[in-house]
Amino acid sequence: MRLVVKGLSSIRSGRPVFSDLDFVLKSGEALAVTGPNGVGKSSLLRIIAGLLPPSEGQLTLEGGDAETPLNEEAHYLGHRDALKPSLTAFETLSFWQSMLGRTLLDPDKALIQVGLGHAAHLPSGYLSAGQRRRLALARLIVSRRTIWLLDEPTSALDAASETMFNGLVTEHMNNGGMVLVATHTPLGFPAQTLAMQGGA
Amino acid sequence: MAAFLALFRRDLVLGARIGGGAGVGLVFFLMLVTIMPFAVGPDMALLARIGPAILWVAALLATLIGLDRLFQADDEDGSLDLLRMSPLPLPLIVLAKGLAHWISTGLPLALAAPFLGLLLALEPKALLAVTVTLLVGTPALTFIGAIGAALTAGMRRGGLILSVLVMPLMIPVLIFGISATSAALGGTIPFMTPFSILIALTLFAFVSGTVAATLAIQNAEG
Repeated sequence: MRLVVKGLSSIRSGRPVFSDLDFVLKSGEALAVTGPNGVGKSSLLRIIAGLLPPSEGQLTLEGGDAETPLNEEAHYLGHRDALKPSLTAFETLSFWQSMLGRTLLDPDKALIQVGLGHAAHLPSGYLSAGQRRRLALARLIVSRRTIWLLDEPTSALDAASETMFNGLVTEHMNNGGMVLVATHTPLGFPAQTLAMQGGA
Repeated sequence: MAAFLALFRRDLVLGARIGGGAGVGLVFFLMLVTIMPFAVGPDMALLARIGPAILWVAALLATLIGLDRLFQADDEDGSLDLLRMSPLPLPLIVLAKGLAHWISTGLPLALAAPFLGLLLALEPKALLAVTVTLLVGTPALTFIGAIGAALTAGMRRGGLILSVLVMPLMIPVLIFGISATSAALGGTIPFMTPFSILIALTLFAFVSGTVAATLAIQNAEG
């Protein structure tokens, strides 16, 4: 599968954020989106996720199921973890599994993989910032989606968790997935770089 | 369908747990109705006459409490973004959330009404009439309110704006709810006339509230 982005532009509240962006991402590849704050990295990810309409340009996923829109082929991990303080880690994951569809791992197994096996029945309000981030990462592996859109995924993660995260991404790429990461820190896996320029 | 039920169940659970706010509207309803006899005075006949109206007005105001969190809570923590990426169409997401919200906030009001009606010296027949009309009418209030909740989801302190936006739209429901109740207690109009209009308003609110809230959420960013 290939994600083809052609002539993509974004204008938000009358202000051009970026314009004329082209890139192609193939199965098994990762793309690091870098650039200064406010250059539109998050907007780009949100546009691919279908949460924000592009002002111009085209996004196509070639080789996929033509019936499935792009936003149902993508996982989005934004700045916010989308966790409810009163739901337990297990409840959170089983909810998102039913909601997002296409079951991959059982919530229990996913929690063990992100190192939260012991916290399965703790309300997520009791978790630390790093643990909450890991729980949000576990959502990526309970449901199978080709494209991972990750916005600063490693914020709040310690070194061990970062290794765990790199493992998850590598495995996803080996299974033919694609990963787009908006980041300021070097990544622990091979990735092409899309350096976004400011000043638009 | 599994996704619809999962979301419906999650919202019910969230409403019932600590911080969920399902009880807030009910307590507010209780407070409003309890202070009425003190304000109006111990005239039992007068209380019995205006009792149904007091219950309906209190239920309407109690519905407004907590409506602001219907979409705002999911918007704030990023859940709304992920819900929008689910294969479940957005109108069904709105419907599931609205129904769960009604069960945790609107239904308890209708069920509490007969007990609170006793405080207002309502006769058994009036208790039944108020309960039935509230049972049928409160979903309309929730779904009309959902429009305002969707419009103000991204706003801090959107509660007041929400109330100002949706209150005028709720007035027809109030009018036909109360007139159905009075018709049940006697008068020249048969009960079914205003009651069928109340049912129609509720069905209309299900559809229009769902569609309007969907559009509001879709166009929130741009």
